[in-house]
Amino acid sequence: MILVGERINGMFRDIRRAIRDKDPGPVQHWAKRQEEAGADYLDVNVGPAAEDPVEAMKWLVQVVQEVTEVPLCLDSTNYDAIEAGLRLCKKAAIINSVPADRPKIERVFPMAKEYGAKVIGLTMDRKGIPKDAEARTALAMEIVAAADEFGFPIEDLFIDPLVLPVNVAQDHGPEVLETIRQVKNLASPPPKTIIGLSNVSQKAVHRSLVDRTFVAMAMAAGLDAAILNLDDDALLDTIATARILLNQDVYADSYLKVFRSRRR
Amino acid sequence: MAVERIMERYTSRVREVTLGATAEQGGTRSHTITVGGDSTLPFLHFEGEVPHRPVLALEVNDVPPAWHQLLLEHYRDVLDDPGAWAAKAVRQFGADLVCLRLVGADPDGENRSPEECAQVVRRVLEAVKVPLIVIGCGDADKDNEVMPAVAEAGAGENLLLGIATQENYKTLTAACMVHKHNIIAQSPIDINICKQLNILISEMNMPLDRIVIDPTLGALGYGIEYTYSIMERIRLGALGGDSMLAMPVIVNVGYEAWRAKEANVPESEFPRWGDQPTRAVLWEAMTGAHGLQAGAHIVILRNPDALRLLRRHIEQLMVPNRA
Repeated sequence: MILVGERINGMFRDIRRAIRDKDPGPVQHWAKRQEEAGADYLDVNVGPAAEDPVEAMKWLVQVVQEVTEVPLCLDSTNYDAIEAGLRLCKKAAIINSVPADRPKIERVFPMAKEYGAKVIGLTMDRKGIPKDAEARTALAMEIVAAADEFGFPIEDLFIDPLVLPVNVAQDHGPEVLETIRQVKNLASPPPKTIIGLSNVSQKAVHRSLVDRTFVAMAMAAGLDAAILNLDDDALLDTIATARILLNQDVYADSYLKVFRSRRR
Repeated sequence: MAVERIMERYTSRVREVTLGATAEQGGTRSHTITVGGDSTLPFLHFEGEVPHRPVLALEVNDVPPAWHQLLLEHYRDVLDDPGAWAAKAVRQFGADLVCLRLVGADPDGENRSPEECAQVVRRVLEAVKVPLIVIGCGDADKDNEVMPAVAEAGAGENLLLGIATQENYKTLTAACMVHKHNIIAQSPIDINICKQLNILISEMNMPLDRIVIDPTLGALGYGIEYTYSIMERIRLGALGGDSMLAMPVIVNVGYEAWRAKEANVPESEFPRWGDQPTRAVLWEAMTGAHGLQAGAHIVILRNPDALRLLRRHIEQLMVPNRA
């Protein structure tokens, strides 16, 4: 399971202020903290409020890389900002993200190849997010076909079936799980799957419980990666336990401790 | 028709462990032995690296053991002198290393003192220049007295000391850390306990590249297939990136093979089983060959004839099979 730390995002007030005031403190705090919690990648998102997204992304990438060697997941709809970030990345990054929309596909895949980056493809197009798994999978197929067309390695492609908040779009949950299953049949080797986990519990009361229940279900469906809250110990314990129950790790009595300390 | 060659690509490899220390390294061994480092399943040279050939140890006891006559006849002239026994095992029989078993410490046997045991270790270290494995008598409390003395006597020699179990690992781990030795971590044909014990030992800050797994081996006819599946899972875990399973493996073949009835009963009792001396050698050699196929890096034997057969077998297995 590839864990992407979600916390360096301008949607959070402390990061938004840090970007505005050019104060590396909170950014570097969360970079280190998520690394210690076992992050395989750190998502970096300047947020919607950034005045100059390109400059903000460059600053974030630099500041984060001052304190950690964990590779980055550059999260923006502004591809100039992503490209500016990619130029500064010391390790192969993930581009987060591209929808099934031809102009954006033509912008992202050549850029990904140039910088050796992986790509997250969203199961949405200009019309938005479809409701059912079949339509989501069809959009995933478009992205897989595009990756193939651009000579992009399919195993470096992550399909994100787009989880929606359970309190407003409850009917999407099973469709997302089914999409995760179906995406695995699209190619050989298949693309990987990823979800932005915290989205499922937006504004819900029992956030941690919703997150960890859904992640276990998604892992059983074949999920490879998640962008998530690494500050949630119960969530990490659930992932470690799901890996054991899915026979992905060998059980030992201290398996929780080993999972939490696996990067150290 | 063209045959597609399916090859696995693993992300990790078995850790290397080095035994023994030369004069420059603070010991008195003529050379060191490194085991492990594999990046594929056993002997699949076409798929990954098998950088070090598996090594063969012969067992030496500190007191004359109650072994079968067929075994004792190889060692009759040296049974009273572990140093001479070790020298014979290395020089005459070609053992890569010696496994000294301190049976004499057993409280139900000769109940030798820790200092007496340490003296035997010194004697064997003087008699041979190959790296040394030292294993206690098997009584946990007594071994916890004896092995620290052994570790101290062998300080600088980078020994391989055993046996740590889930119930009794702290004293031996501490002794290995203080005097910089390697440790055998034994689990009862159980991958979960195997992993847990490695975690427990590493939590005492023992470096992971100083741990060797003893998965416990069943002899031919006595659970050998179960051992195989556990050892295969250990190797697959190591290759898949589980650092708590990525240790080289040692198997106690001589001991296990000679517990089997098939090695011990004469032809007169079971005429259809055939010539006992041949059968006994083959029982040990076949159990060892199985251990190698399952992923063993160090094989402890008793019969020099079995060692000879396995030596030839290893040479053949180590011929690169990249087509």
